Amino acid sequence: MTTSDDATKNGSEESADQAEAIEAVENVEGTAAETTPETEEKKETAKCTGGGLIIFTFIAGLVISLIVGWIIFPKLLYSKKDQPINFNHKLHLEEVDNSCESCHFFREDGTYAGVPTLAQCIDCHEEVEGDSPDEERFVNEYVAKNKEVPWLIYSRQPDCVFFSHAAHVKGAGMDCQTCHGEIGESESLKPYEENRVTGYSRDIWGKNISGITTHTWESMKMDDCAKCHAEAKVEASSVQTKKDACFVCHK
Amino acid sequence: MKEEGKHGKANKFGMVIDLDKCTGCGSCMVACMSENNVSFKEDESDKRLSITWMKVYRITNGKKFPDAEECFLPRPCMHCEGEHSGHSPCVSVCPATATDYSTQTGIVSQIYTRCFGCRYCMAACPYHARHFNWWDPVWPEGMEKFLSPNVSPRMRGVVEKCSFCFHRYQLAKDKAYMDGRREIREEEYQTACTQACPAGAITFGDLNNKNHKVYKLVKPDNKHHGKPRNPHAFRLLERLKTNPKVYYLSSRDWVRAAGDNYTVEEKRKGITSGSGSGH
Ligand code: HEC
Ligand code: HEC
Ligand code: HEC
Ligand code: HEC
Ligand code: HEC
Repeated sequence: MTTSDDATKNGSEESADQAEAIEAVENVEGTAAETTPETEEKKETAKCTGGGLIIFTFIAGLVISLIVGWIIFPKLLYSKKDQPINFNHKLHLEEVDNSCESCHFFREDGTYAGVPTLAQCIDCHEEVEGDSPDEERFVNEYVAKNKEVPWLIYSRQPDCVFFSHAAHVKGAGMDCQTCHGEIGESESLKPYEENRVTGYSRDIWGKNISGITTHTWESMKMDDCAKCHAEAKVEASSVQTKKDACFVCHK
Repeated sequence: MKEEGKHGKANKFGMVIDLDKCTGCGSCMVACMSENNVSFKEDESDKRLSITWMKVYRITNGKKFPDAEECFLPRPCMHCEGEHSGHSPCVSVCPATATDYSTQTGIVSQIYTRCFGCRYCMAACPYHARHFNWWDPVWPEGMEKFLSPNVSPRMRGVVEKCSFCFHRYQLAKDKAYMDGRREIREEEYQTACTQACPAGAITFGDLNNKNHKVYKLVKPDNKHHGKPRNPHAFRLLERLKTNPKVYYLSSRDWVRAAGDNYTVEEKRKGITSGSGSGH
């Protein structure tokens, strides 16, 4: 009770203060005042610049916070890392016989092998073949030491997510591009961007901070999965959401 | 459960546990914990704090020697369907949509990242099937390397429970897609406890499928909330109308009677499991 009383008291004191202040301003203006039309005009402009300043400060503040929120913060939010080796998909596609499957294949039990292990490279890279520094580094630092390359995975989902390549590639016959874009035809790997707060890859949320995308592969958030699933009429099995049940994509 | 979509008829996965066969060895509990990345507590003997998705209870008929009898009763999550699809006690109280009921599998899910630990579901669950993580999980040095990547570990402050090894369903689905199938076979999706039980007391399968063992064992009356037609089959707390998907078999009357909380009066009149007021 006392607190609310205090609050009202404070409130009325404040408004009293304000009233005084306003009077004071008018008095200051008033001292110079001989009520000629000229001074009337001056009074008007003084009031105008006061209001203008407030509006200006407001707009400036808004602009600054928009810049911070939409440009600086997203820049700070993500840290950039280079892949351990710059891999050239285009070059390799001409070398292998079985296209993507040579390196990205399904195991017999339906799980997906994902990014290749050294076993997929060793046949061709036992020794340095060409004169590319990347290849040299790859052979000396990884192949010779029999150490797996710690690839950074752009599409890596949080641990609680279950994703099935079999369902999409084998079941629905989708191509890799739908979800991964042009990586398969690229000549170099883009830097990997990691969210400093969550540790997730930027490719989950996408480049566009407002979440607007024009291609299906630009982001792969829960909503993006769910949107396509709704369009593709994957069972609406959830009692809670009337979409597909949580236990389709989660584990 | 009428909808028939891309994946054919809806499944209703359930379990039948034969209490006449259960020896109380606890293999199911161990298998469950290692399968589902359940961590250890400092004091595992404190049963209020320990986490056991599958828990074996010991019940007795309360009589003196030579009439004393006991029975072991393994208790996973019952994956209640409720009076209408998904009206499970826990799902209907969750304020965060962290627990969900799938009409496609009949499985009650728990999404740990969504859960904020209010524990309404634990209060609502009449089976004590849900557990709260008071601490972040800790494994003995080096053991985290042996965790299953198919089950996401839980963190402090969330509720967890048995999922009928749903990740095994996901893997079975993957295999089926590989072979160009949409339906999975009975033997492709079995829970860890089912496979671990040395006595063969646990059976798992689709209660909607007349060819599956679980269906043959209990003959659920799916038109009447899955009420078992086998007179030896019963469900825990049938009268609460939670419509669980875990059935128990026992040839002993007192065991079946222990499945519900009958009053002394009712027991005297012989109103026990199977003839309760349920559907
Ligand atoms: C010679 C082996 C090889 C072949 C053939 C190959 N890739 Fe790759 N691919 C790799 C390696 C190595 C990486 C790891 C780089 C990385 O982490 O992005 C990779 C990464 C990828 C990724 C990125 C995964 C992620 O999220 O980080 C995609 C997508 C991909 N490949 C698609 C394709 C497609 C599509 C084709 C066929 C057109 C193909 N690849 C053929 C070796 C190969
Ligand atoms: C079918 C044979 C073959 C396989 C398999 C293969 N490579 Fe290559 N790779 C080549 C050839 C040929 C070149 C070109 C060598 C040159 O002249 O620089 C090359 C070049 C490279 C380079 C240098 C790229 C550049 O931009 O110059 C890297 C790095 C590399 N490979 C990594 C890998 C990795 C990692 C794998 C395993 C995922 C792999 N390769 C699998 C044949 C292969
Ligand atoms: C429906 C969308 C979709 C399609 C189609 C798809 N992917 Fe993926 N891919 C994903 C997602 C999502 C992940 C991340 C999975 C995870 O982290 O659990 C992923 C992961 C990967 C990875 C990294 C896996 C790892 O963890 O090592 C590779 C490599 C890859 N995909 C290649 C391909 C190739 C090649 C194709 C075409 C044959 C393809 N994908 C088709 C969505 C898709
Ligand atoms: C561009 C469309 C598209 C996107 C994006 C997509 N999916 Fe799918 N998904 C499908 C289709 C179509 C199917 C049905 C496959 C079938 O059975 O034919 C499917 C099926 C699945 C299944 C198997 C369902 C079952 O009952 O077996 C899982 C799991 C799944 N998706 C997870 C995901 C996740 C996780 C993501 C996001 C990372 C995702 N999907 C993104 C189209 C998509
Ligand atoms: C169509 C597939 C799909 C379905 C269905 C789905 N999710 Fe997700 N969910 C995802 C993917 C993919 C992510 C990771 C990307 C992201 O954070 O958006 C995710 C992320 C989440 C996260 C954040 C996890 C983290 O570590 O950041 C929560 C919480 C979550 N989901 C809860 C749910 C709940 C609750 C349901 C059921 C009502 C559900 N999801 C259904 C695909 C799905």
